[in-house]
Amino acid sequence: MDKKVWLTKEPIDPNDCIEKVVRNEAGAVNTFIGTVREFTKGKRTLFLEYQSYVPMAEKKLAQIADEIKTKWGNTDTAIAHRIGRLEITDIAVVIAVSTPHRADAFEASRYAIERIKEIVPIWKKEHWEDGTKWLGDQKENKSYAKNMPSEEDMDHD
Amino acid sequence: MINVLLFADLQEAVGSEEVNVEAEGLSVSELRTKLKASYDLTNLDNAMTAVNEEYSDEDTMLKSGDTVAFIPPVSGG
Repeated sequence: MDKKVWLTKEPIDPNDCIEKVVRNEAGAVNTFIGTVREFTKGKRTLFLEYQSYVPMAEKKLAQIADEIKTKWGNTDTAIAHRIGRLEITDIAVVIAVSTPHRADAFEASRYAIERIKEIVPIWKKEHWEDGTKWLGDQKENKSYAKNMPSEEDMDHD
Repeated sequence: MINVLLFADLQEAVGSEEVNVEAEGLSVSELRTKLKASYDLTNLDNAMTAVNEEYSDEDTMLKSGDTVAFIPPVSGG
């Protein structure tokens, strides 16, 4: 596994991401771990199903790592996203960012998860007790009809 | 032929991950219209498009062998 961003059907070990960004110049490694929540607004999720347009999703994850490097300079970013069926508490996504100082690592990992929710072609299907639904646009602040997501979308989130 | 990739609710509406469409020389927008005439895709207009794995404009012209993916609003993370 030489890639620093990837999709996988297997459970993700956060250490796999951390190991890819640890380096001599770094004084901070910040990780974000996204997990499967049981209750959303009182509604119980039984399990989730993630689908992806894998080759494009990996390109977009790599693009996010590049954007982070452009914005914060001396950074290294690893991102793993799981696809397929996930149970409650399973890890859906792991982000690790290393930087010389902690503030940038915190900010950059927040940036990465928000950008994933904007531009990476991955979809989540909720399975509830009484039905199913493919979710879209969780940020609920923009219609993507006729629009391409842009980096400017992120500036004031 | 143009390879059209469908995901999430669009894939379930069509019943297939991929369909081949005669759309050489059409724009993305015209392909969209053609698909809506052939399938019951009420949510197609909410989807962005990617041509050959990059987000594209509606006026991008398609050529034989292109892969066009319709990208519903994403929900990863």
